[in-house]
Amino acid sequence: MNLINVQNLDIGYEGQIIAHNINFKLEEQDYLCIVGENGSGKSTLVKTLLHLLKPISGTIELNGIKGSDIGYLPQQSTIQKNFPAKVFEVVLSAFANQSLWPFYSKEQKLKALNALEKLDITHLKDKSFKSLSGGQQQRVLLSRALLASRSILLLDEPVNGLDAKATHNMYKLIEKLNKEDGISIMMISHDLDSAVKQAKHILYLGKKVFYGNVDEFANSKLYQYLQGM
Amino acid sequence: MLQIFDQIILYLQYPFVIYAIVVAVLISLCSALLGVTLVLKQFSFIGDGLSHVAFGAMALAAVFSLTNSMIFILACTILCAVLILQSSQNSSIRGDAAIAMLSVGSLALGYFLMNIFATGPNIAGDVCATLFGSSAILTLSKFDMYLSIALSILVIFCYICLYHKIFAITFDENFAKATGLSVKFYNLALAIIVAIIIVLAMNLVGSLLISALVIFPALCAMRICNSFLNVTIVSCILSIICSLIGIFASIIYSTPVGATIVMVDIVAFIIFYIISYVKVRI
Repeated sequence: MNLINVQNLDIGYEGQIIAHNINFKLEEQDYLCIVGENGSGKSTLVKTLLHLLKPISGTIELNGIKGSDIGYLPQQSTIQKNFPAKVFEVVLSAFANQSLWPFYSKEQKLKALNALEKLDITHLKDKSFKSLSGGQQQRVLLSRALLASRSILLLDEPVNGLDAKATHNMYKLIEKLNKEDGISIMMISHDLDSAVKQAKHILYLGKKVFYGNVDEFANSKLYQYLQGM
Repeated sequence: MLQIFDQIILYLQYPFVIYAIVVAVLISLCSALLGVTLVLKQFSFIGDGLSHVAFGAMALAAVFSLTNSMIFILACTILCAVLILQSSQNSSIRGDAAIAMLSVGSLALGYFLMNIFATGPNIAGDVCATLFGSSAILTLSKFDMYLSIALSILVIFCYICLYHKIFAITFDENFAKATGLSVKFYNLALAIIVAIIIVLAMNLVGSLLISALVIFPALCAMRICNSFLNVTIVSCILSIICSLIGIFASIIYSTPVGATIVMVDIVAFIIFYIISYVKVRI
C-alpha cells in the first residue's frame, strides 16, 4: 500500500511556482531521497507535505495517516544553539500538542524514554541540549521526530554540518530505523552519492523532475550529467 | 542597619505599602515568566516597542481624562501587539522596522498630546513620571490595584497551562507546526499576554524601563541554568527579589522606584555573569 501518493503537484509561494509537475509515491518501508540544487524547491516540498503550505495545484493523497503523523526532523535553527533546555524537555515537546495540562503523563514519559533508548542516547537525558555535539543533537531531534510518528520520518538534511564520522553514524541509524523498524523514510539531501547508496527511490527536483528507483536513477543520463558537474 | 529595618517595618504598617508590594511581586513574576520566552525567541524589542505604545495610549487617556485609563491603555497596547505580530509575519514591512515605526510614533504622539492638552502646570514632570515611573505603584487606585492583581493571576494561570506549548514554539516553531500545533494562535496569545504585562509593569517602573524588568531576570537565569524549567523558576525568583530590594531601597533612600529596581537588576546580572564565568573556568 502506498502511504503517500503525489500527483501533478505544483508547489511555491503566493501563487509563484517553484517546482512544477511533481509525481511520486511513498510505499511502506520505503526509503526515498529527495535531491536537487539549492532553490529547486526541496524545502517548499517539505512544507507542502507537512500541510504548512497549500499546494498550488495537484494532489497529495495520504493513506491512513494524517499530516501530523509524519515525524519531522527540521534543519536546526540558530535559536537552538544557545537554548537552555534539557534533552528530555526537548524530546517530550513532541507531545506538546496533546495535553492541555502542564504535566506530561507517565505514558508519554515512558514513550520518550523508549525513543531515547532506541537511539542509544539514554545517557544524555539530563544533559543540556546546547552542550551536545552536532551528531548528538541530531539524534535527540530524531528521537523527538520518532515520537511524533511511528510510520513515516521526513528528514530535512539530517547530516548538514556533521563531521564525517557523525555523518556515517547518522546514515547507519536511519538505515536501521528503515530496515529493522520498518519506518518509511523521506530524506532531503544534497549529497547525491550517499543518496544513491542509501535510498530505494530517488526524487530529483530541478529543471527536470525525475522520480524512479535507485537503479533507474543511477543509469540515467541525468545522473551522469550531475556527476560530471 | 537596625534603623533601616525599623523604617521598613514602619512602612509596612500602612496598607497601601503592603498592596503596592503585593502588586509589585505579581508584576515581577509575570514579566520574568514571559521574559524567558521573549529573549529566546529574540522578541525582546517587541516589549520595548509596546511599552512606548503604552506611553502614547496613556497620554491619550489623559487628554480625554478617562477615569479608567488602565483599561483603555490595555486595549490600545493589545491592539498594537496584534498588529506588530501580523506585520512580522507579513513581509511587506519588515518586523523590526514596523515596531520601530510604531514605537517612535507613539512616543512622539504621547509627548505631543501631553504638551498641547496640558492638564497640569508641570508638563516635564508629568512626562518624566510616565516614562520613568513615579510613585505610581504607591498611589494606585483601588480599582487599578484589583485589576492588576486579577490580570497578573490570569497571566500566571495562562502561562502554566500553556507552558509546554510555549516551550515547543519557542524551541522549534517548524516542528511545532508540523505536529499540528497552531503556532499562529499561540504567538497571538503570547503577544496579548506580553501587552498585558507591559501595561501592568508600567505602573511599577514606567514605560521606558519595562524592558529591563522583562529581560534582565531571564538573562541572569540563562547564565547559570541548563534546563528551560530551571531558567523559568530562577528568573521568577530573582525578579521578585530584585523588585523587593529595589522598592525598599527606594523608600529608604527616596530614590525613584523604577530606576532603583533596574539598578538592582543590573547588579544581579553582573553577579550572575561573574558566577557563570568562574564556573566555566573551574
